[in-house]
Amino acid sequence: MSEEIFYKSVSELDAMLDAKQISASELATAYIERTKAVDDKVGAFLSYDESSTMASAKASDERRSKGEKLSALDGIPVGLKDVIAVRGQKLTCASKMLENYVSPYTGTAARKLQEAGAVFWGRLNMDEFAMGSSCENSAFVKTRNPWDLERIPGGSSGGSAAAVAAGECVVSLGSDTGGSIRQPASLCGIVGVKPTYGLVSRFGLAAFASSLDQIGPFARNITDASILLKTIAGYDNLDSTSININIPDYSAGLRKDSLKGKTLGVPKEYFGEGVDAEVRKSVEDAIALCKSLGAEVKEISLPHTDLAIPVYYIIATAEASSNLARYDGVRYTHRSKDADDVLSLYFKSRAEGFGEEVKRRIILGSYVLSSGYYDAYYLRAQKVRTLIRKDFEDAFQSVDAIITPTSPTTAFKIGEKTDDPLAMYLSDICTINVNLAGLPGISLPCGFTQAGLPIGVQLIGKAFGEAELLSMAYAYEQEAGLFNKHPNL
Amino acid sequence: MLETMLLFCDCFLIMSDKTIDIDYVAKLARIELTDEERVKYSAQLEQILDYFKKLSAVDVEGVEPSAHAHSIYNVWREDVPTAGMSIDDALLNAPAKRENQIVVPKVVDDA
Repeated sequence: MSEEIFYKSVSELDAMLDAKQISASELATAYIERTKAVDDKVGAFLSYDESSTMASAKASDERRSKGEKLSALDGIPVGLKDVIAVRGQKLTCASKMLENYVSPYTGTAARKLQEAGAVFWGRLNMDEFAMGSSCENSAFVKTRNPWDLERIPGGSSGGSAAAVAAGECVVSLGSDTGGSIRQPASLCGIVGVKPTYGLVSRFGLAAFASSLDQIGPFARNITDASILLKTIAGYDNLDSTSININIPDYSAGLRKDSLKGKTLGVPKEYFGEGVDAEVRKSVEDAIALCKSLGAEVKEISLPHTDLAIPVYYIIATAEASSNLARYDGVRYTHRSKDADDVLSLYFKSRAEGFGEEVKRRIILGSYVLSSGYYDAYYLRAQKVRTLIRKDFEDAFQSVDAIITPTSPTTAFKIGEKTDDPLAMYLSDICTINVNLAGLPGISLPCGFTQAGLPIGVQLIGKAFGEAELLSMAYAYEQEAGLFNKHPNL
Repeated sequence: MLETMLLFCDCFLIMSDKTIDIDYVAKLARIELTDEERVKYSAQLEQILDYFKKLSAVDVEGVEPSAHAHSIYNVWREDVPTAGMSIDDALLNAPAKRENQIVVPKVVDDA
């Protein structure tokens, strides 16, 4: 199979399947072989189940041959971050705590993909329990950036980004709590979408910080991301925070002229110290291109931006310390063999099962919630969160979207920041505000450094404004024409 | 960049400057720490908490806290029974089980 097939879009493959130029079974076989050929280098996969993938592909072929295609995704290989539950499949969250865990149920986003005929291919690597920005916190595998194997792919959904960038699956799902979809998408040169909080059900997503977590798509272009998002979005009575709104057909609404007459806000706080010169230049060029496509560009201020890191790391660790209390060694996790009573069972199972960063965050979260510190840290952070939300509300009075770098730097070297948690936390500076405000954010490629590393630009939209935001991103993407560049593996 | 931020934060030492009691917090978190971890985490958490002090300079008088991005209140469903998970599924990943139950170390002392 020529390499070209691995970089085809969903619509192209759908057309090929319709025209019987290829079958879903042949497509699945091709991706399985591709993964076996390149994943020794990339390390995007934690596990895969060939027989279940081939069975799904065969079922898709039968549907298509009877003219009963379920959707454009019918027969398309889709990777899942190893945090999304599929009945009968492993779900490890890249943690020793869940090393042998098999999901007894299927989460809503995965179920919707199954109902659309998608063929699941692989459980993709991540930072343990989605805590990290480099994928280095996985207990099992080191994922490498397909553009430079000495560098990190970003995180926490690094496997989902690397697999799509390396042509090991067509599209994939990740989760984004503080930038975990957008930052790896940016560092791997692909598209990543963090939907508005409440657009996609979190049922069946192993929880990290429940008020911030959202599932979203990775793809190599905006059209594919739109198809995937439309498929997984929608109200779900199994997630009390999901919102009941009409989901438009995002891909049908993409227009090349959609930047015309739109106002883009450029927040000065996102272009300050700490942003790489090459990143800044590339994003400024992207802004100029949007201008040439008819957008009006306006400098704005989001004055509480520099408070986002402390607010985020207080709220996220507090919620994590509560959410991860369920991993206690009793019901479905790793259990220590050295415990002689229930209390030591908790202490030892958690000491053995959790990795370094997860322990650090649970302890930090327990501290900020503890008696005497709750008001000073947690309550105060929630109040500042309100101010951050209000910054965006004010800005959206006069702009249609906000444009920023996705990450202040390109992919850094493996091991570069592992001993300095705070430096690692600061790499999320451009993305976490969006989670705190619950808004949609898209990262899409805007260029490459001299050394050939991808750079991403972020578009931030109004709550539930995905249709408009995706269309603006599409207009830029079609003009920039970067989606045909792929790494050499 | 970080160093300037930390210097900046030092001007606002309003929050308690007490050293973190790592043993107490680890106990709350139900995680047994090694000596090496105690030393490492103490130092790192001090540094991170120091960075958090940035927040004490913000005027939050009269600001409502946000627990969520959107305001959602009282999500109810009808109080009708629905099928739950089967016993086999619920026990699928249990580390120790017997007679449809999960086995744990004894929790009640001998009289």
